[in-house]
Amino acid sequence: MILKGKAHKFGDDISTDLITPGRYFHLRTNLPELAKHTLEDADPDFVKNMRPGDFVVAGGNFGLGSSREHAAIVIKLSGAGAVLAKSFARIFFRNAINQGVPAIICDTDLIAAGDELEVDVEKGEVKNVTTGVVIPAKPLPRAMLNILQDGGLVEHFQKNKGFRLD
Amino acid sequence: MSSTITEKILAAHAGQKTVKPNDLLEIDVDVVLSNDVTAPIAITEFRRVGVKTVFDKDKVVMVADHYVPGKDVKSAEQAKFMREFAEEQDLTNYFDVGCGGVEHALLPEKGLIKPGDAVIGADSHTCTYGALGAFATGMGSTDIAAAMATGKIWVKVPASLKFVYNGRPGRWVYGKDLMLAAIGRVGVDGALYKAMEFTGEAIDEMSVDQRLSMTNMAIEAGAKNGIMAPNQATLDYVRSRTDAPFTVYASDADAAYEEVFEFDAGEIEPLVAFPHLPSNVRPISQVGTVPINQVVIGSCTNGRLEDMRVAAEVLRGHKAAKNVRLIVIPATQEVYRAAMKEGLFDVFLDANAAVSTPTCGPCLGGHMGVLAAGERAVATTNRNFVGRMGHKESEVYLANPAVAAASAILGRIGGPDEI
Repeated sequence: MILKGKAHKFGDDISTDLITPGRYFHLRTNLPELAKHTLEDADPDFVKNMRPGDFVVAGGNFGLGSSREHAAIVIKLSGAGAVLAKSFARIFFRNAINQGVPAIICDTDLIAAGDELEVDVEKGEVKNVTTGVVIPAKPLPRAMLNILQDGGLVEHFQKNKGFRLD
Repeated sequence: MSSTITEKILAAHAGQKTVKPNDLLEIDVDVVLSNDVTAPIAITEFRRVGVKTVFDKDKVVMVADHYVPGKDVKSAEQAKFMREFAEEQDLTNYFDVGCGGVEHALLPEKGLIKPGDAVIGADSHTCTYGALGAFATGMGSTDIAAAMATGKIWVKVPASLKFVYNGRPGRWVYGKDLMLAAIGRVGVDGALYKAMEFTGEAIDEMSVDQRLSMTNMAIEAGAKNGIMAPNQATLDYVRSRTDAPFTVYASDADAAYEEVFEFDAGEIEPLVAFPHLPSNVRPISQVGTVPINQVVIGSCTNGRLEDMRVAAEVLRGHKAAKNVRLIVIPATQEVYRAAMKEGLFDVFLDANAAVSTPTCGPCLGGHMGVLAAGERAVATTNRNFVGRMGHKESEVYLANPAVAAASAILGRIGGPDEI
């Protein structure tokens, strides 16, 4: 899959508490409502500036902290086509893929806020259209690529009746 | 081939003789855990998978602990959703208000975790159970839904990092401090995707409560799991709580580690993690003057009986400073009763503490002690991220129960030696 959109830039160590603050958890039965506060404490204007297909681009260790899958779900509901980071906290990494959101590991120092990007998920390549730089991405493990290509873990299960690791 | 304890447990659960780091495995799991925050999504996804019943009603465990007793109508509805599923599936191990407590203190108490087990939970602190010699890791709700349906999950075998603690910790230094020292050394992503294995004299001689408080925070260094070979105290603890058979694993002497970190436990002071990362640690002697508004003693990190005893030892005969709200939360019904019977509640109440029923409550900014803008808390919990305990302009300082209790008396961050 090839994804196109604009970069919304964040720093290192963006925690799940910053993505979905605990104080909004009374909205957790209403995920579209919860999604209106996505990343609010890191960038109050994120949701306002987000266009469908745009990318969340962060530094290292994105999504550290809680296992709350709400963090991956609200990013999906905010319209993000993918999340790009230098590294991901492991639970968020699985959650994103399980929700069908590509989590791309690459050198995000080569991307500035507002840059136009083209992401080739299977090939593992990010093209910064604004600067012309092509950034290699770390390939996903086969098991995760299978889940992502099926559109998420539930869809993967419906199709394969279990995990497909090869 | 020589293996680490983590590799041995994963191999056994994948039906393989040996495994190596980065292998992708499908493993059988012994416990699949979720709570009132994560179970509702897991249940919804479980139904979408199209399976009618959970794979084993004894092994799917659900605990109401985060927003209980019902914080508000929405929380009550979430808990009800989980409760009705537990009833429908006739889950053997469903723990509601009054029968349970904070999940990661509760499951070991109930004898549900054994050495050699493979445990997954929809809570990041599921890694706690590694202190009992189990492989345990946190995952999201959809992974848990898949495991609830099949009893299986895929994992990538982690490389192992070894943390060796030589010598014995000094006065007022606990497992919490040894763990903060490790997180301070490697950083909040220093063990990303990896296993943190803890060994050495200090670990071998450590109580079960303190061991659990260490592995609890493995996720705070980004680790997949934290693990310790069971010591005698651990084996005695498990055998007193379950009759079920289990296998004890330990790493081979020549097992391969990606890196080894050594500590002299006797040199470690009580540590305080300053905002806004658990890796931002300073020795108690170097904290300076930091006035505080609240102290929370509890949580899956430090809400066990030994923690209550340590806090009471410091608080006995003292009162919390006038400007400090002291909140004590025994992590489970069992801890609550034991603390009460030992007279610890008298000590807490004499110190003007509010003693709460078991709940995760303030640790995640849920309820029972949420902070206002500009307020500071010392907490025995595990995270001090921006907004963790309430307003995004509030601050959380992580410490052991002795430091937390002393800070309550002093009205600023300080150690028990000052009392």
